[in-house]
Amino acid sequence: MEKRLFMKGNEALAYGAIKAGCRYYFGYPITPQNDIPEYFSRHMSKVEGCFLQAESEVASINMILGASAGGARAMTSSSSPGVSLMQEGISYLAGSELPAVIVNVTRSGPGLGGISASQGDYFQATRGGGHGDYRTIVLAPHSVQEMHDLAMLAFDLADLYRNPLVILADAVLGQMNETLEDRPYRPLELPPKDWTLTGASGRKPNLIKSLYLKEGEMEKHNWKLFEKYQSMKKESRYEISRAEDAQMLVAAFGTSARVAKTAIQIARAQGLKVGLFRPITLYPFPDQALLDLSRRVKKFISVEMNTGQMVEDVKLSVARDADVHFYGHAPGSPPDPEEVFEAIKKVY
Amino acid sequence: MSPYFEGENFSFERHRDSDMKQVFKRPSSLRDIPFHFCPGCHHGTIHRLVAEAIDHYHLRERTIGIAGVGCAVFVYEYFDIDTAEAPHGRAPAVATGLKRALSDRIVFTYQGDGDLASIGMSEIVHTANRGENITVIFVNNTVYGMTGGQMAPTTLLGQQTTTSPYGRDFNQDGYPIRMAEILATLEGTAFSARVALNTPANLMKAKKAVRQAFEMQMNDMGFTFVELLSACPTNWGLNPIKANERVEKELIPYFPLGVFKERKGSDHF
Repeated sequence: MEKRLFMKGNEALAYGAIKAGCRYYFGYPITPQNDIPEYFSRHMSKVEGCFLQAESEVASINMILGASAGGARAMTSSSSPGVSLMQEGISYLAGSELPAVIVNVTRSGPGLGGISASQGDYFQATRGGGHGDYRTIVLAPHSVQEMHDLAMLAFDLADLYRNPLVILADAVLGQMNETLEDRPYRPLELPPKDWTLTGASGRKPNLIKSLYLKEGEMEKHNWKLFEKYQSMKKESRYEISRAEDAQMLVAAFGTSARVAKTAIQIARAQGLKVGLFRPITLYPFPDQALLDLSRRVKKFISVEMNTGQMVEDVKLSVARDADVHFYGHAPGSPPDPEEVFEAIKKVY
Repeated sequence: MSPYFEGENFSFERHRDSDMKQVFKRPSSLRDIPFHFCPGCHHGTIHRLVAEAIDHYHLRERTIGIAGVGCAVFVYEYFDIDTAEAPHGRAPAVATGLKRALSDRIVFTYQGDGDLASIGMSEIVHTANRGENITVIFVNNTVYGMTGGQMAPTTLLGQQTTTSPYGRDFNQDGYPIRMAEILATLEGTAFSARVALNTPANLMKAKKAVRQAFEMQMNDMGFTFVELLSACPTNWGLNPIKANERVEKELIPYFPLGVFKERKGSDHF
């Protein structure tokens, strides 16, 4: 059995990233993710890596672009307003097909908002976020263990698809302490990086760009990206629990899913047959798994810490005769399990 | 046309006899394709100066160029080296990430005045201040060229552009920014110079400055910056000869030529 650690979510994520070979971190302070840059600032020099506090999130994301173009594993982290500032760079990363890991330990918005947990950035993360027709892979941890494990997986998936990847956590997941199994990094089989800018020694020059001006080039590039996003579907990950006899399923990710698990226990204790569907990849959204479930279960409720975002993907995924409800807890604080239970009971 | 203007229309090969010595040729770091730049534009000359410096120090196989957005973006079409294109203004940040990852390579950015001195002001100042060991080639032609001649942060007072049709007025638009002087005030800057290309004498000084910037980067001296006053005949509404004259009469008096900072090896460490 692996060694057990007791760690804060943000630090577990940074610890996992270093284990996965991340050696370049560029970022700018913002609450509630500051433990991540602080962790890297203490530990990067020990692994001959580089921690650099950038002058802005705009600079951070472009430093990632440079390090990634050079073939390095690089990441940044921020929280909602800072991630908004990075969207231009994320679009360039996607257009240039560069791997990168961007962590959003969300806070509430819009605007300066507040520093409490929110899932208001679901659309931004899953719909690309910046300009142009692109997608990022989005991983949604719901525990300190997953902050660590998904951080390791993130670098492999980003490299495998040559695509930016977003880890969508939130203030609760970043700030809470939990036990953590210190699992080793087990790399996926990855293609060689023959596209990097390392100096054109003994080969033709490589070019990293997203500008396509010649007739037909842009369209061709967009369809190529589309094919890639389609091929990512096999990476969809999810958790299903207590669905065998369920009459109703709660769909929830991240912190909402943790609250939903407690609400489901309350419901079960009262004889309500309720289960959970928890997407771990928000993009690609596990639509096939949800469709399969909806052939038997006809009632769903999407529980989110926003005013209704993932519910759109749930509706798009389920069979036509399934009934999809929504319970939203607007940003400010996570919902109480009792409150979610009441919402379940109302539509059960 | 001066022989300094590189292009297909000026081929020495055509006149070469077996007993004649070749004295001028395309730098090997430049691809053998015609530039798209307008007649009289200095970008082609600046490309040549950078390529000559890369050739001189045999850096072609370990140099990476980062192109800004604007007329500068096509660096990747012409240089026979690894290149990346950066978002508008962010080339110094991209170069920072790349150089941190590959510290033994030579990294340069190639940026225009809108890119570097307007939208990218934050990135250039902080990159210089950190003393990133990169070279920045800054092309100052006092207008946004590719987008059609709008007012730039370096547009001179009274200069008419498509967005300052009555001439730049400091009450409305402030003053033209002198980047070489600003960056020379930063401790991280190892070399900051402003040069021009309007006369053979100025061109030779420009060549020397570009070469020095690359040499200092090779010696890990820190951030090196060369601002090149450049003609944009198309957007200035002048022919190439008149545009060169404008560089002398209007640009150089406001943007003085010279080396504003030059770190000696001994004061670095």
